[in-house]
Amino acid sequence: MSEILRVESLVKHFPLKAGVFRRTVGHIRAVDGVDLTIRRGETLGVVGESGCGKTTLGRAIVKLLEPSAGRIVFEGRDLTPLNRRQMRPVRRDLQIVFQDPYGSLNPRMTVREIVAEPLRIHGLYRGGGGKRRVEELFETVGLNPEHANRFPHEFSGGQRQRIGVARALALEPNLLVLDEPVSALDVSIQAQVVNLLDRLQTELGLTYLFIAHDLSVVRHVSDRVAVMYLGKVVEEGTRAQIYTAPMHPYTQALLSAVPIDSPTERGGRARIVLEGDVPNPASPPSGCRFRTRCWKAQELCAQEEPALVPRAGGEHPVACHFAEVLPTSDAASRR
Amino acid sequence: MPDPILALRDLTVEFDTEDGVVHAVTGVSYELQRGEVLGIVGESGSGKSVSMLSVLGLIPVPPGRIVSGEAIFEGEDLLKLRGRRLRRIRGGPVAMIFQDPMSSLNPVLTIGDQIGEAITTHAPETGESAARTRTIALLELVGVPAAERRADQYPHELSGGMRQRAMIAMAIANDPSVLVADEPTTALDVTIQAQILEVLKAAQRETHAAIVLITHDLGLIAELADRVVVMYAGRVVEIGDVFSIFDAPRHPYTAGLLRSRARLEAEGAELEPIPGQPPSLITPPPGCPFHPRCEQSRGREICRTEVPELRATDAGAEHLSACHFAEELGARE
Repeated sequence: MSEILRVESLVKHFPLKAGVFRRTVGHIRAVDGVDLTIRRGETLGVVGESGCGKTTLGRAIVKLLEPSAGRIVFEGRDLTPLNRRQMRPVRRDLQIVFQDPYGSLNPRMTVREIVAEPLRIHGLYRGGGGKRRVEELFETVGLNPEHANRFPHEFSGGQRQRIGVARALALEPNLLVLDEPVSALDVSIQAQVVNLLDRLQTELGLTYLFIAHDLSVVRHVSDRVAVMYLGKVVEEGTRAQIYTAPMHPYTQALLSAVPIDSPTERGGRARIVLEGDVPNPASPPSGCRFRTRCWKAQELCAQEEPALVPRAGGEHPVACHFAEVLPTSDAASRR
Repeated sequence: MPDPILALRDLTVEFDTEDGVVHAVTGVSYELQRGEVLGIVGESGSGKSVSMLSVLGLIPVPPGRIVSGEAIFEGEDLLKLRGRRLRRIRGGPVAMIFQDPMSSLNPVLTIGDQIGEAITTHAPETGESAARTRTIALLELVGVPAAERRADQYPHELSGGMRQRAMIAMAIANDPSVLVADEPTTALDVTIQAQILEVLKAAQRETHAAIVLITHDLGLIAELADRVVVMYAGRVVEIGDVFSIFDAPRHPYTAGLLRSRARLEAEGAELEPIPGQPPSLITPPPGCPFHPRCEQSRGREICRTEVPELRATDAGAEHLSACHFAEELGARE
């Protein structure tokens, strides 16, 4: 498979201002040197907890946020130096769907206008063809075109997320950044939207960057998975590598913390309960950022930042000096 | 069943809104046994929180209105209590833990002062130093490190997980016999959720309180609950032992909900969502509220015309379902 997107040493820092004069007193290092490659037609899942930088990463990739450093290469073109106007043609191929189906749709526009807006901006909404295209998009995402004249508040959460997807698909993009696309939805509705995204990927040949905190959903949708912690990717591999043979202690802890599926599994899983909280991203720990919560941490971890490279006989990159597959071999299995 | 510590009977709660009357809770009955963990599970709008908040006098009236029902706690109907008598119960024998500790803790008081106040409000004879000692012990019990120092901090100085621990400490301060936990881990990251789960277990070991665990998260129910109440569109659709509910659901909604989950250990195969959207609570569908989305109903008339009663099923006398065709689910297993 050919590469569609490459992210090189991407950094996004937010200035931290304080005092009467709003002087910059430091930086929140939200994304702090991330390298990723996405191949055409695949789904790369990005998982991590709040504050790990996954949402900032997604927004920086579509340049809703200006990266502080690093490069974003999309379909062979370096997006980093492009300004807003220069980005416009790129946006036809690179779109984003947001988490919040309530806040991301303009409440004063009918959903027809919302879905038509990208077409109008790009001068593609002309006469009957534009109207037909919008109705086609409604059908594509499983909405009744007869409801196109309604306003967002008349729809349920799941339907609103379908509208957000229809809007993102209007320009026939190649890559969709999906930022927590189902986490605001009820369980029975989540499955509908996940299946819709699955179907669209097959039918339209889409590539997904799927950002989420829900490890079960990410396992379901992803071909490959990157695990983030405090602005860095700590482990990256195929779905099987990450879920059945994780090597980073953080990935192992994260998987073991997921609630069980059935009460019959009670007490069956060796749960790794991490101590403490995620450190402040304005002053991350020296060396390995996970070391303050890691049961394996030693001197070396404070002194030297572990590179993201294959280790200990494994085939996928992991950023831990003491990476190893847990003895039980499958951290997600409980029996 | 032995004598329950809290019994809801035929509770109906409505809210007046601009669009019409919202039937938030309709004819809900369930019992909480001493020392058990009762999970109340449902999706948004199912009435799972409103039923319990009404019992505790925590819904705004108006627009809310308790139309009927009773909630018997220690021989007293909580729905008839007002003012000071209700406040003496809340935070005393019946304590609460909410989803968002930031909005339920007082931002201008230190954690220690708030826990101390919870103690002295319900036991005015407690001296200041005794209250302080107990506060520190409670914070240690819920796993707050450096409890002495943390007690003097304000809520905004603590992380989400630490605030949730502080709220649990406050809730168990007066040795409650009922602990209502409304989405206690929903706002937290998964590694912090795992910590809070352990704290809740410890709190129960310590107090032997009966816990009402209100959540949309079936995983949390699987971890903690002894029995489960499943709610849909303001009604109870199924009640049973947690093992029985997960292994032999007798309501098509519960069965559908269990099937629709993405599971950590399953990949590849398509998910099985419940079709359709949740119903409007202003104009709920006639008959069974689930029938428009139900695969079991298959358009049968009784589902459209008659609200099914909650009744015992072939899965056991204590396993109740409000489905006209509950037994068909059993036959399919």
